[in-house]
Amino acid sequence: MKDMYGTCPMTQVRQVDEYFIENRNRVLEIAAFLDRLDRAPDAVREEASSDFRMEAFRRALVVLDGATSSRVDQIQEIFSDPTTEPLEKLARKSARGAYEPPNQEAK
Amino acid sequence: MEYIDMHSHMTSRTTDCYHQMALTGCKVVSEPGFWMGWDRSSASGFDDYFRSLTDFEPKRAAQYGVKHVTWLCINPKEADDRAMSRQVLALIPKYLDRPNVMGIGEFGLNLITKNEVETFKDHVEMALDHDQMMLIHTPHLEDKYKGTRTIVETLLKYDKVDPKRVAIDHAEEHTMDMILTNGFVAGITLYPLTKVSLGRAVDMIEVFGRDHGDRIYVASACDWGPSIPVAMPQFMMEMRRRGHPESLIRKIVFENPAEFLSRSNKFHLPERWDKASLLAAWSEQSLPATAAKS
Repeated sequence: MKDMYGTCPMTQVRQVDEYFIENRNRVLEIAAFLDRLDRAPDAVREEASSDFRMEAFRRALVVLDGATSSRVDQIQEIFSDPTTEPLEKLARKSARGAYEPPNQEAK
Repeated sequence: MEYIDMHSHMTSRTTDCYHQMALTGCKVVSEPGFWMGWDRSSASGFDDYFRSLTDFEPKRAAQYGVKHVTWLCINPKEADDRAMSRQVLALIPKYLDRPNVMGIGEFGLNLITKNEVETFKDHVEMALDHDQMMLIHTPHLEDKYKGTRTIVETLLKYDKVDPKRVAIDHAEEHTMDMILTNGFVAGITLYPLTKVSLGRAVDMIEVFGRDHGDRIYVASACDWGPSIPVAMPQFMMEMRRRGHPESLIRKIVFENPAEFLSRSNKFHLPERWDKASLLAAWSEQSLPATAAKS
């Protein structure tokens, strides 16, 4: 990312001044989403914890706290289908936001 | 500031949306053929849809001084049905001479099945056979990287494809590079909830615009789902908030899309934007009797 220095015209200090509050809110929204899952009637069985989307979500959260300057690229990769071959048949109509490995589809 | 919205499904919007877009500086809307949110039961539904895109919508837009251009295809959500796709493709050639048709689009891939890929190739070959430009849909969410890669690799197998006449849409951070380094035009589409935000769109302009700033545009992608027809002026405000000059904003929202559309010999920016002037091209054509109620 070093060669990207200066592509954003705002200084870091100005960016924090301008964008901190709305991003503070985004972090709180994620925290509230996770707390809400814990308050669900089936929370004791932790059914969502093994959901392929939430597994990807947790890996994405780890990237957020990492010392890297390619967080978006890494998170896009976490959520993406890594396969290369077209599917034989259409199994559903729409995407679901994260890749479900075949061994999880069989569950 | 004047702008061109390269991706707006006005069929799904009210006339008030045209009004709001015109009030905020929209001069041209580009409407690709798309999925209505439900599967059509026969190809005849597409015949009426294409007639609307090439006749009714340009008249509706002209009432607000907006020029309407369009693209025709069977969209990726319905493209897995090979029989229907062949029937719909057979309908398209009779519309290609309409004055507002820029080319074939937004065909592409949805969940990347073998059938979808075959229908994708059919569209590419139709575009090449009829010397048409292409506007290509890439899958959303987890399918985007795989789908965009399949699209780019497939296009590169055709020697006759001129990448400067092909826009690959719904680009995101992980697909911008493969689109741009292969010479294609990259479209960034704005969504209020589920996909690219205003801030990320500006980020992509900053990161990829330095080397490929002539081949990137931004669009509202307004349709029947959560979307904002005036997303482009919102994007302009975010660019200003970030400290970018007016010249760069104008390049992204007006000059780049105008340059791309001008690669169709049918596209010209009019000198006059009144309804009569915008519709002058239609007066030279014989239209179906059902067309002119507006």
